[in-house]
Amino acid sequence: MAENQNSRTVQAPRSGPGGMPRGAKMPGQKLDVKSLGRVLKYLGNYKARCIGSVICLIVMAVANVFSARALGTLVDDYITPMVQRRAIDAGALLGYILFLAVIFAASVVANFLVNRLLIAVSQGIMKDIRKDMFRKMQSLPIRYFDTNNHGDIMSRYTNDINTLRQMIANTLPNIVAAALTMLATFVAMFLSSIWLTLFVIVFVFFTMFVTMKIATKSGKYFVEQQKQIGSLNGYVEEMVTGQKVVKVFNHEPATIEGFTKENEKLFTVSSRANGFASMMGPVSNNLGHLQYVFLAVLGAALVALNVPNVTVTGIAVLTVGTVISFLQLSRSFTQNINNVMQQSNAIVLAVAGAKRIFELIDEQPEENEGKVTLVNAKVADDGSITECEEHTGTWAWKVLQEDGSVKYVKLSGDVRMKDVDFSYVEGKQILYDITLYAKPGQKVAFVGSTGAGKTTITNLINRFYDIQEGEITYDGIPIRDINKTDLRHSLGMVLQDVNLFTGTIMENIRYGKLDATDEEVYAAARLANADDFIRRLPDGYDTGIDGAGSNLSQGQRQLISIARAAIADPPVMILDEATSSIDTRTEALVQRGMDGLMHGRTVFVIAHRLSTVQNADVIMVLEHGVIIERGTHEQLIEQKGKYYQLYTGAFELD
Amino acid sequence: MIKTLLKSLREYKRPAIVTMLVMVGEVVMEVLIPYVMADLIDKGFHNGDMPFILKMGLILALFSVVSLAFGVLGAVIGTRASAGFAKNLRDDMFRNVQRFSFANIDKFSTASIITRVTTDVANVQNIFTMSIRIAVRAPMMMLFSILMMFFINWKLALIVLGVVPLLLFGLTLIARKVFPIFTRMFKKIDKLNNTVQENLHGVRVVKSFVRGEYESERFGETAEDISNDAVMAEKILAWNGPIMTGGMYLVILALSFIGAYFIIGNEPVTVSFMGTTFTTGLLNSVFTYSMQILMNCMMLSMIFVMMIMTRESMRRIAELLREEPTIHNPENPVTEVPDGSVEFDDVDFSYAGSMDKLCLMDVSLKIPSGSTVGIIGGTGVGKTTLIQLIPRLYDATGGVVKVGGRDVREYDMVALRDAVSVVLQKNTLFSGSIKENLRWGNPDATDEEMIHACKAAAADGFIMEFPDGYDTHIEQGGTNVSGGQRQRLCIARALLKKPKVLILDDSTSAVDTATDALIRKGFREEFPETTKIIIAQRISSVQDADMILVLESGRVNDVGTHEELLARNEIYREVYESQNRQQVSGTSSREQEG
Repeated sequence: MAENQNSRTVQAPRSGPGGMPRGAKMPGQKLDVKSLGRVLKYLGNYKARCIGSVICLIVMAVANVFSARALGTLVDDYITPMVQRRAIDAGALLGYILFLAVIFAASVVANFLVNRLLIAVSQGIMKDIRKDMFRKMQSLPIRYFDTNNHGDIMSRYTNDINTLRQMIANTLPNIVAAALTMLATFVAMFLSSIWLTLFVIVFVFFTMFVTMKIATKSGKYFVEQQKQIGSLNGYVEEMVTGQKVVKVFNHEPATIEGFTKENEKLFTVSSRANGFASMMGPVSNNLGHLQYVFLAVLGAALVALNVPNVTVTGIAVLTVGTVISFLQLSRSFTQNINNVMQQSNAIVLAVAGAKRIFELIDEQPEENEGKVTLVNAKVADDGSITECEEHTGTWAWKVLQEDGSVKYVKLSGDVRMKDVDFSYVEGKQILYDITLYAKPGQKVAFVGSTGAGKTTITNLINRFYDIQEGEITYDGIPIRDINKTDLRHSLGMVLQDVNLFTGTIMENIRYGKLDATDEEVYAAARLANADDFIRRLPDGYDTGIDGAGSNLSQGQRQLISIARAAIADPPVMILDEATSSIDTRTEALVQRGMDGLMHGRTVFVIAHRLSTVQNADVIMVLEHGVIIERGTHEQLIEQKGKYYQLYTGAFELD
Repeated sequence: MIKTLLKSLREYKRPAIVTMLVMVGEVVMEVLIPYVMADLIDKGFHNGDMPFILKMGLILALFSVVSLAFGVLGAVIGTRASAGFAKNLRDDMFRNVQRFSFANIDKFSTASIITRVTTDVANVQNIFTMSIRIAVRAPMMMLFSILMMFFINWKLALIVLGVVPLLLFGLTLIARKVFPIFTRMFKKIDKLNNTVQENLHGVRVVKSFVRGEYESERFGETAEDISNDAVMAEKILAWNGPIMTGGMYLVILALSFIGAYFIIGNEPVTVSFMGTTFTTGLLNSVFTYSMQILMNCMMLSMIFVMMIMTRESMRRIAELLREEPTIHNPENPVTEVPDGSVEFDDVDFSYAGSMDKLCLMDVSLKIPSGSTVGIIGGTGVGKTTLIQLIPRLYDATGGVVKVGGRDVREYDMVALRDAVSVVLQKNTLFSGSIKENLRWGNPDATDEEMIHACKAAAADGFIMEFPDGYDTHIEQGGTNVSGGQRQRLCIARALLKKPKVLILDDSTSAVDTATDALIRKGFREEFPETTKIIIAQRISSVQDADMILVLESGRVNDVGTHEELLARNEIYREVYESQNRQQVSGTSSREQEG
């Protein structure tokens, strides 16, 4: 549906360029709790591993506290007494060192374990989400792809998944570890002095206030940066796509000038955004130092003034020792708070990405409620049809009757439309009262300008879209009742916009029939008149095809796509501008092959080249969604209507 | 590779260096602050000396402010340096793309250029920001700490230093083992993303062949494959943390044990002026310094790992920067193209540049200035290839192409391409008004000139029907005008160059025959001096040409007028007949034109 796609791409907002997704990567966003919950649910599949990880993290945090306190204990409990006694108690010292060694060893092992445990979790989730997303994507209706920006969908597979992985593998464990340590130090602080703890809390709020201010500023510029990246991206895309035109017109200097402007703007916002962002570290660090100073002075003053210390255990005199240990604790506390703050930003970003992923996974899949299926069949002499397992070359529709019995209808390719109305968007009707009959073996052609609704009609036959009014039947069965998979198996499509897949030419043709032999592939290629040029390629049928750099011309690609459809050998074929890039002489050859293939089968042809449609059994001229003329070429010429004008060149198509 | 990239640093070299110097200041402060803190506690608290506490507090606050200033300065200048570096990288890449010949352009897809200019540069910008900070900071901190430790006690310093190489060795070993796996994995991820892209693009094909399940399975296999690689790589990386903390704990244990002995045994300090002995305070310092050393070891290894991760981005950028245009201006270029005569002298051509994959063979042809030439031939016979040699979009592999009697390689490229105007088959309009688009042909074109060109290209009529006329906005790629209108605008744009040679590469395929005839009439009457070369599918587009060239498999099959060819050339006759199967009396396009 080239026509309708075009208009949609224009409407779709330009976004998601260069892997920078819209709506993500902006600090200062709100955390989406629902999506976070769902991420955690994914984690729930790995419950044992997650619990194991948390235990390991606790072991590590404990070891951390021990290592921080190691020196103090060493000095207070061992060195000082030994110095006083002027004798070394090697046994006791060694005992303590061994004790530490055991804890440290446990921590190292825990560290290793937590890493190993989380690998399976993060990679497993990544893999699951990737597969879920792709499978879901395959099940979505065409409408989804027509109305959503492809770059935007793409970035979910790249950026969003990646930020999510980072969060699960790094951020979450770091935050948990930091939070554990923070909690431990807070409890310790609270136990040693409530006054000083209160002061720390107030100061931490102050620090948070300042850093949040900076974060908001930086966030504002990050938003601008994203916008500017999008704009630069659009410029590069447009110019590089038209690079050959730029060359032909010696337009390089002007193109560079335009780029420099965009680039300069990006530089300005980018340095601001990142400048503010990297200020956060030094600011919170040095505010931490100031807090230390204030605490020290406050503590010293309290000690000097003999202010009674209030703790959970009661009121006592504040000692020098308490203040010193409190100072150490407060430093660790602030460091961990800063740590959590900085990491939490990453969580918000990752969850924003996760939300976009879940949006895709939650999309409503294409319904496939049809009960009528396609089966291999045998036709007896008396015309009765029986179902069979083996491939017979004959197919039949298996229709379940209301009374429970089964009726078989031979697949023959009779397509009828009756009073069909259709609109993509409510209120903007595209097709009006379309009625047509295509008997098996007939060639039905559609002619009309862009937007007249030609492609739309073919989109309805294979149920890419469902009709609002009227009825379409296939071999007398309403297509609504037919299983979509089987319906599409019975229809072949060749589109103007050729889409081949990375792989060899052989693989691409075989796409139409996965179990085709090499011979069948050659035969299909010969039918499409592609065999000749393929064999002349250096690697013949093994020539690789990829998005860029392939040396195949548009016409050659079109021939391959025709061969791909030919090998599938369906009873009904839809050719949507299938030969528009092929020269008329080759087209005539292809046509001959196709005509052979199409013998006894139904074909719908859309073409703007009238020579392509002249030999059709019936030609429909469409205008604004209405069939205005119908008949054979001769009849229409006779009528001297629109078709006549087109044919004589008095009227321009497209 | 890194050298190629760093060339783009240019004016941001100074901020980068200033950032490094500021980092030195920050390091000094960072070393001093804990020292003052220790002093404040040791002397102030233990002696209950309030004035000393206040004094030290003030110094500490001052230091914090200085450190803050350094930090903020470093942040601002550092990000400016790296943002500037990124800007220059983008600029250099884009400029290089503008120097590309067609052969160069064919090599890079649009998407890959965009990725390089955006995502890859962003990655490099990140690593650069880190590098200029940490690359100075980490070694400085390590050096300073090692020095301080030697000052205090060389024996303890040696213990710590003994662990460092071991750690570094372990970390590098891990990085080296992981690197090939990551490289492999990134390639597979690219493949995976490519699959998604193709499925998005070809969703109609996938659906109409009912291959959703098949595609999902193939995707699943690749995803599985990636996951296996990632697990393998990360399992190796999982050693990183334990090795680091293990080393750290080992140092703590050793220091605790030996340090205790030293204190109790009154071990002398390495450098002491008053015969000081080792104390708990000094042991505390040694602890701090050794932690600093190990932490910075880790920082360095982290940078190393990140460098490896961004290597692919760096490689891609360097590749684009290093790509040399395949076509250069000659040394003493001729800047004037005398007339519009075109000559092919035994020309061979191959896109691959090798003689056994020729797309054109032994093409010899003389086109007099001012004549009209038609080219007919099937898909892929080399029509487009042939005409692209005239404005030197590609260079002939063998033989000589001449314009105005001179080898095209002798001309200044700008002069040549101004004189030879091509309307490409895959032509594009750019977002902007119709006028802006037309001015691509001639930036100084007056309104009259534009209208004149558009009339000749039969475009004036429909342009005037638009409410905004010549100021009508064109969407990117020209999607808001019809195919036929787009082609006519492209022709008008080419005409504005007032070229000596005008080449139309299947440029009227979407235009109806009557208008097509009108355009050719415009050429004849308004541009009689210009040589017109027309590639067409439709015989009616070329049949009134002075000479028609029939191409077949890269060779000239025949040259002649319409009548001659119709009489003697089989290919030409077949094409003609395929288009005129059912003649309707009195309506053949030929008669219409007459």
